[in-house]
Amino acid sequence: MARRWTNTLTQADVTPEHLWLNRRQILAGAGATGAAALLGSEASAEALEPNSWDEITNYNNYYEFGVGKDDPARNAGGLRTSPWSIEVNGLVERPGTYTIDDLIGGLDLEERIYRFRCVEAWSMVVPWNGVELNDVLDRVGVKPEARYVAFETVVQPDVMVGVRRKVMPFPYVEGLRLDEARHPLAILATGIYGKQLANQSGAPIRLVVPWKYGFKSIKSIVRISLVADEPPASWPMLNPREYGFYSNVNPKVDHPRWTQATERKIGGGLFSQRVPTQMFNGYEEEVASLYDGMDLRIFY
Amino acid sequence: MLSFLNKPLRRVPPWAIYVASAAWCGWLFYLAATGRMGPEPIKALEHAYGIYALKLIVAILLITPLRKWTGLNLLRFRRAIGVSAFFVVVAHLAVWAILDVQTFARVWADIVKRPYVTIGMASLVLMLPLAITSNDRSLRKLGAAAWRKLHLLTYPVAVLAGLHFIWLVKGFQIRPLLYLLVILGLLALRLKWKRRPIPA
Repeated sequence: MARRWTNTLTQADVTPEHLWLNRRQILAGAGATGAAALLGSEASAEALEPNSWDEITNYNNYYEFGVGKDDPARNAGGLRTSPWSIEVNGLVERPGTYTIDDLIGGLDLEERIYRFRCVEAWSMVVPWNGVELNDVLDRVGVKPEARYVAFETVVQPDVMVGVRRKVMPFPYVEGLRLDEARHPLAILATGIYGKQLANQSGAPIRLVVPWKYGFKSIKSIVRISLVADEPPASWPMLNPREYGFYSNVNPKVDHPRWTQATERKIGGGLFSQRVPTQMFNGYEEEVASLYDGMDLRIFY
Repeated sequence: MLSFLNKPLRRVPPWAIYVASAAWCGWLFYLAATGRMGPEPIKALEHAYGIYALKLIVAILLITPLRKWTGLNLLRFRRAIGVSAFFVVVAHLAVWAILDVQTFARVWADIVKRPYVTIGMASLVLMLPLAITSNDRSLRKLGAAAWRKLHLLTYPVAVLAGLHFIWLVKGFQIRPLLYLLVILGLLALRLKWKRRPIPA
């Protein structure tokens, strides 16, 4: 089993929202000298400046609520997130219907400041609050035959305009290989900036897998299934040429319709420069070993 | 039916179309530059210009059917709408190339490698001869028949623009399909007229 991931960042590193703009100005001045003083992985961690709550909650892909980036913020208000239950089934010791508290109550709730890279070549930095998926899997008990974890998003057609318009097959489903799901970087998030997730961010509970394209990080989860075979995933089902099951962030494997070598960072304005995309979204050191011996051009 | 509008419209100078188009593009740019187009203004502006250009292209295709069916005569404005559409497409390309993709090498790679970019570029290239010959001198030089023939390029321009939009979205989206449907519909009307010429 993977070692427990130790967060080098603490609550103190999360910029309070009201200071966020200030800090950006200060950093602009101090950047040159400050950055040089930091070394190694700490330097890259420190360079992660979270996007504002407004940016994070007004630029979303949540096709159940429409296909525009601002549609989810406009349309997700009606999502019913309470009460909420999550069905856990398949190859587990303790299947059943769990409340969020049943599922994650008492587990270590952590602050994780992660890069978030969308397959559409834009990115953000999000200060998530959540628990390691690994711990949740231990709680429900994984049977030895299980090799994959499958997830499913809620469907509430009466409040989901994209579901009514059938922009893609719903419910939205996603999956991870068990070792990926067990990796300490993979979390189930319930908050951002210490606040509950906004509906458009996938309230009340969602997956976050920071080394994969954003669509793997499925929102508003109502089902978790442990299974033996690779489960279906929505985008690969819809367009297998463009989206694969693994969908690891990889600057060397382009999307057929656009390059993945660079990305636009959200929040930089109209004249912001593209930045190079990092292998595994900057988490290569942590996760590369999961894919030893695999040709990532085939398993994209 | 709508011919009663023809008289008041005669007082609107065609150059007003250029002014309105330029002003609209300028306004959109101002919104994007001042953070009023959402957290990611580059794509937002790129798409806004693209959609506006597509609307102008549909407007051009509408002029003849409108005249045939409703008596509304907008022929005076067709050139201004067409040339405006060209400039808006150039603005769309500029935002994409300069603000979005940012380096020439990547721009070229996209044009060559990405079919939806290729057909978008093809649409723009086909607009070039139309924009260049949209003046009275060219019309005289080419002669009316040849000029009209050349300007049939409007049809492939419109179809390619519609395909360009469909091809770039993810999932099943209604809006791009509607645009292409309207464009194909407006072109189909013309086929029908050709087969059954309307008696004068």
